[in-house]
Amino acid sequence: MAAEQIDIIDLTCERDERELFRGLSCRLQAGEVLQVAGPNGAGKTSLLRILAGLMPAADGDVHYGGRSVLGGSGREHWRRSLLFLGHATAVKATLTAEENLAWLCALDQPVAPEAIWDALAAVGLRGYEDVPCRQMSAGQQRRVALARLRLQHKPVWVLDEPFTALDQAAVRALEQQILAFADTGGTVVLTTHHSLDHLSQVRQLDLGRVV
Amino acid sequence: MRAVIWQLLQREWQLSWRRPGDVLNPLVFFAMVITLFPLAVGPEPQMLQRMASGVIWVAALLATLLSLDGLFRSDFEDGSLEQWVLSPHPLTLLVLVKVLHHWLMCGVLLVLLTPLLGMMLALPWSVIPVLCVTLLLGTAVLSLLGAIGAALTVGLKGGGSMLLALLILPLYIPVLILGTGTMDAALQGLPVQGYLLWMSCLAVLALSLSPLAIAAGLRIGVSE
Repeated sequence: MAAEQIDIIDLTCERDERELFRGLSCRLQAGEVLQVAGPNGAGKTSLLRILAGLMPAADGDVHYGGRSVLGGSGREHWRRSLLFLGHATAVKATLTAEENLAWLCALDQPVAPEAIWDALAAVGLRGYEDVPCRQMSAGQQRRVALARLRLQHKPVWVLDEPFTALDQAAVRALEQQILAFADTGGTVVLTTHHSLDHLSQVRQLDLGRVV
Repeated sequence: MRAVIWQLLQREWQLSWRRPGDVLNPLVFFAMVITLFPLAVGPEPQMLQRMASGVIWVAALLATLLSLDGLFRSDFEDGSLEQWVLSPHPLTLLVLVKVLHHWLMCGVLLVLLTPLLGMMLALPWSVIPVLCVTLLLGTAVLSLLGAIGAALTVGLKGGGSMLLALLILPLYIPVLILGTGTMDAALQGLPVQGYLLWMSCLAVLALSLSPLAIAAGLRIGVSE
């Protein structure tokens, strides 16, 4: 499932009457990985939330496959094509890993328990299916959230700080997964303070320089 | 569509089952207020009977308000609401199911306690069914209206519960007046169908309109 072209057109973001960035434009073809960089408070998370449609933009527009997704005709199609993983992972501490994933996937499309077990095993959580997430470490909870990348087959990933709390092996596995996904035509937009310089396929967008 | 409703009910049930305090708190509050009243004002049946419907209604109203503050709070804080907003399923449907679950865990359980507490306040058996039916309809309205306030105050850091009470209590007053009015009529042996129809009216109105308001409130909260 290849992604369509994403156009960010003259996007301006304001928060509490403070302008975070103005006139941001960018074009993303299928199979590209974009790392949004910039100092704290530059508006990285805000950009991702605007892209996902969670936050209104002060000005400008985002097009997916040529249709506007911020209140335009492309909104539904965009929502069905997008997997958003926020800074808060939506993992409920009182639920088990399996229950969390079953619900988060059901919000879009229900998946079979076998698929959830496989995905948990793939992120290194075999045997943790029935453990309440509050008994897991921050890194393990992050892995539960990241298991969604293996369960929900969407052409666009928007990931806010996906490497937070992961150990080195998990970081490398996630990098490989992102590159493999891009190779199949998927588009990834992500923020991280972790350096991705060794991955030649990753494009950088520096918000500190846009303003 | 049916799958997501079922999954959501299951999730909400698991969440309340593992945090029973959230369900029990309003119930215990309700029972305590009503048990303390006869101790404070004296055991004369005539006086208790005169006050009974008012006490039960006010206690049910405050118990519902107490339970509403956290309705969306934890889902907001752990990022679940973002995923709800982004889901292809209508947010109005998801919040309606969530409020339905709240009503089952709060309103319906309050109603189950009511016959016993009604007896303690010297209410005659003949009016208990009327009390239960009005409370059943009334608490549904209270849950639905209160969820609007909970959705609007979800993004506030601290002080949300005070604002919630200020926002929602004025909207609760018609339900309170209608509920106690029904009981007065029932105690005097007058027909109560009219009151019940009005209460049903309110319930249908709240059921059809409040999910839209709740969803809009949550969208604002998430976009902050």
